[in-house]
Amino acid sequence: MFAGYMINAWTVATIVAVIAGVVGFFVVLRGSAFPAHAIPNGAFAGAAGASLIGVNTLFGLGLFAVLAALGIGALGRRGRHDVVTALALVVMLALGAVFLSQTTEYEPEIFSLLFGEVLGVASNEIVPVAALGVTCIVAVLVLYRPLLLSSVAPDVAEVKGVSSQRMEMMFLLVVAVATAMTVPVVGALLIFSLMIGPPAAARSFTNRPPVAIALSVAIALATVWSAIAISFVTNWPIGFFVGAFGALSYAVGRAWATWRGTRTVRLEHSRALAQA
Amino acid sequence: MHWLFEPGFFSSHAVHVACVIGSIVAVVSGVVGVFTVVRGQSFAGHSLADVATAGGSGAFLVGISPLFGFVAGGVVGAGAMEMIGVRRARGRDLATGIVLGASIGLAALFLYLGTTRSSTTGASQQILFGSIFSTVSSTVPIVAVFSVVCLGIMALVHRPLLLSSVSTDMAAARGVPVRVVGLLYMLALALAVGLSSLAIGAILSTALLIGPAAIALRLTRRIGWAIVAACLCGVGAVLLGVLLAYDSYDWSSTHAYWPVSFFIVVIIFLGYLATELPFLRAARTPRRQGEPAAPGAGR
Repeated sequence: MFAGYMINAWTVATIVAVIAGVVGFFVVLRGSAFPAHAIPNGAFAGAAGASLIGVNTLFGLGLFAVLAALGIGALGRRGRHDVVTALALVVMLALGAVFLSQTTEYEPEIFSLLFGEVLGVASNEIVPVAALGVTCIVAVLVLYRPLLLSSVAPDVAEVKGVSSQRMEMMFLLVVAVATAMTVPVVGALLIFSLMIGPPAAARSFTNRPPVAIALSVAIALATVWSAIAISFVTNWPIGFFVGAFGALSYAVGRAWATWRGTRTVRLEHSRALAQA
Repeated sequence: MHWLFEPGFFSSHAVHVACVIGSIVAVVSGVVGVFTVVRGQSFAGHSLADVATAGGSGAFLVGISPLFGFVAGGVVGAGAMEMIGVRRARGRDLATGIVLGASIGLAALFLYLGTTRSSTTGASQQILFGSIFSTVSSTVPIVAVFSVVCLGIMALVHRPLLLSSVSTDMAAARGVPVRVVGLLYMLALALAVGLSSLAIGAILSTALLIGPAAIALRLTRRIGWAIVAACLCGVGAVLLGVLLAYDSYDWSSTHAYWPVSFFIVVIIFLGYLATELPFLRAARTPRRQGEPAAPGAGR
C-alpha cells in the first residue's frame, strides 16, 4: 500500500484534501453548494475539449473553470443565482457532449475524468497541483476577513466597504482554481463531495471559524486517506468511499449537534427549575 | 426548403420518436419548472437527475429495467432531501449537496461493478449523457403515463404550493400543510426529472426544467401565463434542436451527428440572454395588485 508508485497518490490526495477542507468551509458557510458542483462539472467539458485538440487537459480544465466562475458571477448580478448556475452548467456540459461526440476517446478516460483516478497519478502532475494548491490557500488567507464578513453578514460588509458582488466573484475564482487542480485527481463529481461533507460536519461541531476550518481539513484528510486505503484493498472506485464517508461524517455531525442541543436544553431546564 | 430540412427528416422514425418524447418532457418540465424556479430549488432539480442516474445504473447492474431505477432513485433522493431539509435556503442547498454527493459515490460504484462484470462499453456514457435519438419508441407510453401522474400531482397542489412558495408563514397561518405540500411537490419533481433524464439524458433534463421556466418568468409575472410560456419555449427549443441536429450530419467532413442536447441547450441559453434585451424587459414592470407576484421573476 505504501509502495513507491503509491507515494504520488498519497501526496496528491493529501494536498487535495487540505484545499477541499479550507475552500469547502466557505462553500458551506456561503451556501454555495450549487456553484461548487457546477464549476468542476463544467470544467470536465474543458478537459474533454483539450484532449480533443491534443493539449494538456489541465489547461482545458482551468480555462473552463474560470469561464464558469466569471459567467456565473456576471450573469448572477441580474438574474437569480441558482437559475444562472444551472444554465451555465448545462451549457458547458452540452459543449462537453459535442467534444465527446467528435473524439474517439476511450471510454475509461472519460470515466476517470468524472470519477477520478488517484491511483494513477504521475510524478510530474504533483508540481502543478501543489502550485495551484498554494495559490488557493494564499488567496483564502488574503481574503479571509472580508470573505468571512461578507459570508456571514453581507449588509455589515457593504457598510464597511466590502462589495459582496466582488467577494462573490473572488470566491468563485478560488473555487475555480481549486477545481482545476483537483478534477484530474479525484474527478469532477467527487471533489464536490469532499468540499461539502467534511466542512458541513465540522460546522456542526463548532461555531468558531478557525477551529471549524482546521476540523474540516482533518475530516477531509481522514476521509481521503481511509478511502485510498480501502479502495486499494477492495479495488472498488475511490469515489464511492469518498462520497460515502462524506455523507457519513455529516450524519455524525448532525447527530452530535442534535444530542448536544437536547442536552443544553435539558441543562437549562434543570437550572431554571433550581432557580425557581 | 431543401436547405432547411435535410432529405428524410419527416419520414425518419427516430425523429418522430424524438419529437414526441421531447415535447412530452418539455411540457411536464415547463409546468414543474416554473415552481422550481419560483421556489429557488434549481439545485435540487438538477441534483435529482444525478440521483436518478445512480438509481438507473444500480438497476442496470442488477439487470432490471433502468426505468424503475431512475424513478425509484429520484423518489428516494427527493424524500431524503426533504427529510434532511432545513428551512432556510442555504441549509436546503446543503442537504441537497449531501444527498447528491452520496449518490454520486453510489453511481461510481454501480458503474464500476457494471462495467467490470459485463464490460458493456458505452453504458456509463449513455447513462450520463443520454440521447434523445436513441430513445426506443416503446418508452413513449410509459413516459406518457408517468407524465400524466406528475401533472395530476401538480394540478392537485398548485394553489397551496404557490402560496407556500411565496410565503411559508402565510401559508401555514391559512392552514396549508406546508410539509405535505412540499413533499408532494418534490415527488412530482422527482418523477419529472427521473423520467426526463432517462428519456433524454441528465443535461437536457436540467436545461428543460430550468431554462424555459426562467425565460417565462422574465416575460410575465402571472403564474398561469408563465406556465404556458415555459411549455411553448420548451417544445419550441426541442423541435428546433432536433431539426438542427438532424441537419448537422452534413456540417463536418466526418459526417457525424452533433449531439441534439447541444442545440437545445444553446437555443434555451440564447433565449435566456435575449430576455435581457430592453424591449422584452419592459414587460416586467412590477404589478401592484391582482395575481400573486412571482418572486422568481427578475430579481
